[in-house]
Amino acid sequence: MPRVVVDVMPKPEILDPQGKAVLGALPRLGFTGVTEVRQGKRFELEIPEITDDALAQIEKLAETFLANTVIENYVVRVEEPAQEKAK
Amino acid sequence: MKIGVITFPGTLDDVDAQRAVRVGGNEAVALWHGDHDLQGVDAVILPGGFSYGDYLRCGAISRFAPIMTEVIEGAQKGLPVLGICNGFQMLVESHLLPGGLLRNDHLKFICRDQKLRIENNSTAWTSAFTQNQEIVVPLKNGEGQYVADADTIKRLEDEGRVVARYLDVNPNGSVNDIAGITNEAGNVVGLMPHPEHAVETLTGSGLDGLGFFTSLAEKAFA
Repeated sequence: MPRVVVDVMPKPEILDPQGKAVLGALPRLGFTGVTEVRQGKRFELEIPEITDDALAQIEKLAETFLANTVIENYVVRVEEPAQEKAK
Repeated sequence: MKIGVITFPGTLDDVDAQRAVRVGGNEAVALWHGDHDLQGVDAVILPGGFSYGDYLRCGAISRFAPIMTEVIEGAQKGLPVLGICNGFQMLVESHLLPGGLLRNDHLKFICRDQKLRIENNSTAWTSAFTQNQEIVVPLKNGEGQYVADADTIKRLEDEGRVVARYLDVNPNGSVNDIAGITNEAGNVVGLMPHPEHAVETLTGSGLDGLGFFTSLAEKAFA
């Protein structure tokens, strides 16, 4: 079934306490060289068919529900089937 | 006056809020999130808790509960609405109040008696306080860090819409120590601390929260 992915991230100007905590843990775990971590959310929506109507509807639900655009940005994209083979 | 207290799935403080309403000399009306009916109440309280387990974002799912249609419509026409903690989160998610509430900057849940200054005593919910009155009420939250863009903060400050400010310590990283705000009309107030837990001596936190539950009546008879 076709999949639409919505990525939601805290806006760049908004402090991301969770990302900061992850960043703080990296040196303790022996990972060096990472200078910034931002933590967001990924939503995977499965729909019967990719149509303009369906995408418009997902755009609307992302804007009104999945993201709070006061504090977050979002990106809607159609996931290509080839990418479904996760590692 | 009849003050409705709405219960959502995962609400914790609805019964405390109802009790505070009665201690404040008003009639408490239990309202249910799934109804499209405010039962003719004169004001509404959105109580604290963890509605829908805080899934997605705190208050984000409750904001679309059936009864919120009537709450939002009413609020826009002047119905007094007080959102406490999770209720404050619902009010920003509903865009009845500007800004947003993020995870506390130190990432820990915090529970303490918190000193506040009431900086706006002209709202529907704070008229029983004196201007700049200092009070102590319980605070308990994990996502209470108030944020908004610089223009919004400036507008809130310039228009005197910061209702309550944290004193002595900023418990969660909120911009300008903001603990509570109001809308332009002063009928909608969102507050992170919990005045409903400070209305009776029996439970130990003093009586400083009572003003939030007596203000409506005072205003009505003023």
